[in-house]
Amino acid sequence: MKTLREVACGQTVTVKKLSGAGPVKRRIMDMGITKGVSIYVRKVAPLGDPIEVTVRGYELSLRKADAEMIEVE
Amino acid sequence: MSIKIALAGNPNCGKTTLFNALTGSNQFVGNWPGVTVEKKEGKLKGHKDVTIMDLPGIYSLSPYTLEEVVARNYLINEKPDAIINIVDGTNIERNLYLSTQILELGIPVIMAVNMMDIVEKSGDKIYVDKLSKKIGCEVVEISALKGTGIQKAAEKAVALAQKNKTSIPVHEFTKDAEDIIERVEDKLVGVVPDAQRRFFAIKLLEKDDKIQDQMNTSVDVSKEIAEMEEKFDDDTESIITNERYTYISSIIGECLKKDRKEKLTTSDKIDKIVTNRWLALPIFAAVMWLVYFVSVTTVGDIATGWANDGVFGDGWHLFGIGTASYTEVADEYTDAETIVNGFLDYESEQGVDVESVQTALDSEADDYDPAAAKAALTEFATTISDADTATYSVVDEETMADEEVTSTGADFQEAVATMDKYDYTAPDPADYGVWIPGIPVLVENVLDKVGCAEWLRGLILDGIVAGLGAVLGFVPQILILFIFLAFLEGCGYMARVAFIMDRVFRKFGLSGKSFIPMLIGSGCGVPGIMASRTIENERDRRMTIMTTTFIPCGAKLPFIAMVAGAIFGGASWVAPSAYFLGIAAIICSGIILKKTKMFAGDPAPFVMELPAYHMPTIGSVLRSMWERGWSFIKKAGTIILVSTIAVWFTTYFGVMDGKFQMLSEDQIDYSILATIGKAICWIFIPQGWGNWQATVASVTGLVAKENIVGTLGILYGGGDASVYATMGAAFTAVSGYSFLAFNLLCAPCFAAMGAIKREMNNTKWFWTAVGYQCGFAYLVSLVVNQIGGLFTGAGFSIWTIVAIAVIVAFIYLLARPYKESQTLNVSVKTSRAK
Repeated sequence: MKTLREVACGQTVTVKKLSGAGPVKRRIMDMGITKGVSIYVRKVAPLGDPIEVTVRGYELSLRKADAEMIEVE
Repeated sequence: MSIKIALAGNPNCGKTTLFNALTGSNQFVGNWPGVTVEKKEGKLKGHKDVTIMDLPGIYSLSPYTLEEVVARNYLINEKPDAIINIVDGTNIERNLYLSTQILELGIPVIMAVNMMDIVEKSGDKIYVDKLSKKIGCEVVEISALKGTGIQKAAEKAVALAQKNKTSIPVHEFTKDAEDIIERVEDKLVGVVPDAQRRFFAIKLLEKDDKIQDQMNTSVDVSKEIAEMEEKFDDDTESIITNERYTYISSIIGECLKKDRKEKLTTSDKIDKIVTNRWLALPIFAAVMWLVYFVSVTTVGDIATGWANDGVFGDGWHLFGIGTASYTEVADEYTDAETIVNGFLDYESEQGVDVESVQTALDSEADDYDPAAAKAALTEFATTISDADTATYSVVDEETMADEEVTSTGADFQEAVATMDKYDYTAPDPADYGVWIPGIPVLVENVLDKVGCAEWLRGLILDGIVAGLGAVLGFVPQILILFIFLAFLEGCGYMARVAFIMDRVFRKFGLSGKSFIPMLIGSGCGVPGIMASRTIENERDRRMTIMTTTFIPCGAKLPFIAMVAGAIFGGASWVAPSAYFLGIAAIICSGIILKKTKMFAGDPAPFVMELPAYHMPTIGSVLRSMWERGWSFIKKAGTIILVSTIAVWFTTYFGVMDGKFQMLSEDQIDYSILATIGKAICWIFIPQGWGNWQATVASVTGLVAKENIVGTLGILYGGGDASVYATMGAAFTAVSGYSFLAFNLLCAPCFAAMGAIKREMNNTKWFWTAVGYQCGFAYLVSLVVNQIGGLFTGAGFSIWTIVAIAVIVAFIYLLARPYKESQTLNVSVKTSRAK
């Protein structure tokens, strides 16, 4: 299963499932990353982490460790 | 009838701009009780009875972030008469997510779609009527920046509040979810107000751990939760969130028509360069350099100098005119004086009787007569020929370093000529440009006129005026720094700072934004601590406040130079090592603290919006600057003033010659402070400097760190040997470094402590911070002395064992595993708004 962490810059993917629980998962979902939404991976921070994505028409940054909770295709 | 209207919306949606536009200057800025979250309220322009409450910017009403808990507790408990829900029109989809939650609260809601000017410019179209129908409340288009539509929005909100007609949410989830929610709602009849039933039902289903506090009776919904989770194969929290977004997605197509062409906005173009993989770091460094250069090195330094040495010093030249020419002649005169005095000292050492000349030249004496000085010196000058030389020591005022200087008779004759030129009177700054005397000078003149008692004069000048100077002296620099920070925050770059630096700082429990407080802290800790305000997460913010002052600030530099010069023979590694020590202290403290109970308590996911870049208005930048500067004066002022007076009193009063009296500066040996120092200096025996002089110097360092140098200068001076020689003899290299380490890491000056108190907004946290800093400093200096002593042959003692135990405990605290908490441990009181 592919996660958001492995997606290369410039690709657009669709969220299949969110694993995990608790505050981080809730926060990710609150920010609009829910099942079926499409995510465009814009860039990686200069030090390699976090990443910046476009979701629901705005820019969001999240850490790679958290991006691992997001299964995509 | 008084009306309360709450402003609620996402961060970066223009909420503050709208708040400012609605209330004008009629605002009260403070903090929510006990927490570091800012609280703002104001009166609606033209409506004295309408209070507007600006709630913190939030994305959701979850129980996990402090801002969200503060906001929802306010909304549930205080029940404002209406809510204006601000929605960013350029980012409507995510903004509506919060709206669906706000509409469930059972409070009249009006939606203000902001940034309509940008929406129109981009070619998008928002169908307000459709949106209103689909979301279940009235919708108005506004542009807070341009001021369009805001009056209408405010009037509608007031009318809505007066009608008191609850908005009824019209959004619907899937049938399975709705059925279960309805069943929980039925259970809540009579338990919570009818209008809030849906909100409570959903929160109970979400297993929200903070909702029970808001209810009197507990309601068991575990059956419904189990049923829902089984049906949807997910946890209830995620199911509800999903349902909300699904609803929004289903209506967004009708309400918003996007311009088809996918084109790069200006913001996208800026971002492409600014956070570019290769350019991001150089640009970041350049921006940081600029902030530091202006707010600390150049303009900030001039402003601080002006405030401290001008307004709260001797005085200042209006617009700086005349300063340069005055400084030139003043330096010339001082140099001449130094040479003349040096020659006199040298001759005196050689056995020549020059006492009468020295007395005549003492310009600080009350009966100083330039004519007599001229006569005495001219006569003495005849005995010096050009070929003579004299060697004497010159003491640097700032660091007390002494230097051997050799001058020739020719230099001497030239110096005499210079003094002659100025009629043996030091140049008066008032003769150059427009001279405005400083406040202490003015106050002194008044006190002299009324013939004030010596002690009262001291209290007013050295206690109160100096204390006020300590408070206000920092304000210009704080204001300058906050212009920058307000701009960086307003334009959107601050979020990118966190994005760029996150990887480095999160390793030790800090935010990427902690970089700025630390950077500024290397200039001055006070604005450094104040800069922590830009960090959103309260845990990161508190941790940054606690650790920022570990970085040596500008005021500590003379002290570092003194220790390096007096104890380490001017070794060049001492100063850099002080910075390494500071950085190491921050890193270790971050790692240790983040694992302690008090910090591990809060979850801190880094899932952050990167707002679009835009130019902030001058008004908003200035307002933010002023609010922060003023809050420093108000909240930090008292503690700084009181502690400065306390230290002044203990330094200048004491028992001498059997009676309690006021002392002069060089009689500090007899002061109360010295008595205290003698009584408590044993505390520092394991540190290797358990003598009262070092203890007293550390205490005076709390007023301002550069005072340590002055105090040590008095305490170790006065003898035959120079200050440096006496001090060098009083410390070994090891105990000297231990002394340095303690004073670098312990509690900062009172001004910085005042800033800590202001930013923590909580007495317990303030003492925790100061206590931690002192404790940490104490242990580090103990280890330095004991372990250093082992290597330099000081032998093994009980304290060596203690030091080893400290190291072991330290390593354990650094290395122990920890798990981030899943709940927010905070109780937020929402007292009724004033």
